[in-house]
Amino acid sequence: MTSPTASVALQQQQSRALAELSQETWALTRRLFLQLMRRPSTLIAGVLQPLIWLILFGALFANAPEGLLPGGMSYGRFLGAGVIVFTAFSGALNAGLPVMFDREFGFLNRLLVAPLRSRSSIVLASVIYITALSLLQSLAIMGTAAMLGYGWPGISGLALVLVTLLLLVFAVTALSLGLAFALPGHIELIAVIFVANLPLLFASTALAPLSFMPTWLGWLAALNPLTFAIEPIRAAYQGPLDLSAVLLEAPYGDVTGTSCLLILLFLTIGLFLLIRPLLNRKLS
Amino acid sequence: MALIELRKISKAYGTVSALRELDLTVPEGCLYGLLGPNGAGKTTAMRILATLLAPDSGSVVVGGVDGLAQPRDVRQLMGYVAQEVAIDKILSGRELLQLQGDLYHLPRNEREDRIADLIDRLAMGDWIDRRCGTYSGGMRRRLDLAAGLLHRPRLLVLDEPTVGLDIESRSAIWQLLRQLVEAGTTVLLSSHYLEEVEALADQMAIIDAGRVIAEGSPDQLKRRLGGDRVTLRVREFSNADEATQVRALLEPLDGVRQVVVNRSQGFSLNLVIEGGAVIDQLRQTLEAAGLPVFALAQSRPSLDDVYLQATGRTLMDAELAIAGQRDVKQEKRQSMR
Repeated sequence: MTSPTASVALQQQQSRALAELSQETWALTRRLFLQLMRRPSTLIAGVLQPLIWLILFGALFANAPEGLLPGGMSYGRFLGAGVIVFTAFSGALNAGLPVMFDREFGFLNRLLVAPLRSRSSIVLASVIYITALSLLQSLAIMGTAAMLGYGWPGISGLALVLVTLLLLVFAVTALSLGLAFALPGHIELIAVIFVANLPLLFASTALAPLSFMPTWLGWLAALNPLTFAIEPIRAAYQGPLDLSAVLLEAPYGDVTGTSCLLILLFLTIGLFLLIRPLLNRKLS
Repeated sequence: MALIELRKISKAYGTVSALRELDLTVPEGCLYGLLGPNGAGKTTAMRILATLLAPDSGSVVVGGVDGLAQPRDVRQLMGYVAQEVAIDKILSGRELLQLQGDLYHLPRNEREDRIADLIDRLAMGDWIDRRCGTYSGGMRRRLDLAAGLLHRPRLLVLDEPTVGLDIESRSAIWQLLRQLVEAGTTVLLSSHYLEEVEALADQMAIIDAGRVIAEGSPDQLKRRLGGDRVTLRVREFSNADEATQVRALLEPLDGVRQVVVNRSQGFSLNLVIEGGAVIDQLRQTLEAAGLPVFALAQSRPSLDDVYLQATGRTLMDAELAIAGQRDVKQEKRQSMR
């Protein structure tokens, strides 16, 4: 049995550990935000690019015949969900870049010689930063879409949008951080980002519904994680929230809102588990 | 009492052995110099000590703590200033120090007091609130040193701290290091500058090819060598053949202990001799062979002579030999996580 003194000591130790973990995580996160404030081009470009997509693509199909899209929605509203997801996805895909630069310029070594309570704080700071940045960029796009008349989700819809985006951002951030530690330099990481970005967008339901696609592309889109984020957000814009409703008639079967969220959740957990040994090795 | 004990440390990068059963004992409270040419293994030894790198074999004990089993405890008592200054160009110097303070879990007030003290001691007041990207090499090095000292470490490890620095920055760093040692901090400093180790170190080790080849105080090492040093030239700029010919003439003479061709100084010859009488004999022998002395200088042993005695080449020649073999990209990859 633990004596009261030992129990108090243990409690103090735990609370000290937590305080130290918070202090180092906050300091590392603050550094990333200071960098962003002083070099806001990442933030601006991250909003500008999807905004151009939204305006140009929205205009391109503005005169599409009515009833062409599922539920009779306008192309602008259809596109809005895709662009919101694309914004969060692109932002999160860049999560590994600051880590990669820290590796290359030796700053990571500065962090690693410090007696960090847990080196997970380095990863945690990146996750907090990129999540906040991606959500901020996505909210900017949602606001612009609303001003363009593409609608705004209700309270419950907004909650669904946030949950979906969070899951997607966590998953993609894990992937990007894994790549940042696995690849030899930033050139290779940027190359992967470039190669992955647009094909994943086109091979999803961001720009067109599955029914418009040839069979092979329909399969790809129905397996693409972006699709599982786009469809719940599109549903959130369409009206009353029903997670049990079928959101995607995929070639392999119907996919409901709940299934979409579960797939994203498993993907996130799976990716974090996948990169864990790599992070342990690199940060040990 | 020893603060650092490295025992039989070996480390290889692929097929290249960086350290070969290196043994090093650093007493507490002194400034200990590690002298050796680039590529000798100094940085690898320091990275292992700083817990950035795991050795292939051997043991690391710092302040009685097993560095391989309890690396976090070792990090707590050590300040490490790496050879390559890693700073965040977007942050100001003060912000970087604040970050460093938080990584060492200093309470806010203590952190700010300590930063103010170090700004004062390292004369950083005029530029500390500017972004680090605008700093000169000397400013960066001073900031890096301040970061290493922020948590008042018991041990400060400095890897080539004054490489490429202006005289003012170098002198500021030397002065601070002397103050630190007076105040009881143990400093381990690596350098390939002889005069730096000679001026600062209480104790030192010479590292070559991953091993300690000589150890002691600079004076002890020089005294142990004995004899006088002679640098001799038969021409202002000689060549390898002529230098070899001169060496062959001088080596058999009585009182000549060693003759080494110094490639980096125009193929001059470095001799170790017993007593001043040998000088006349040298002159006569060379004149008889039609190679009269062009220049001759006699001196007491230096640390370079200690290195020369142990390895058969000067420190400068060792630097030149390694310069052509270094793979900078490979070294960068090794230092990257």
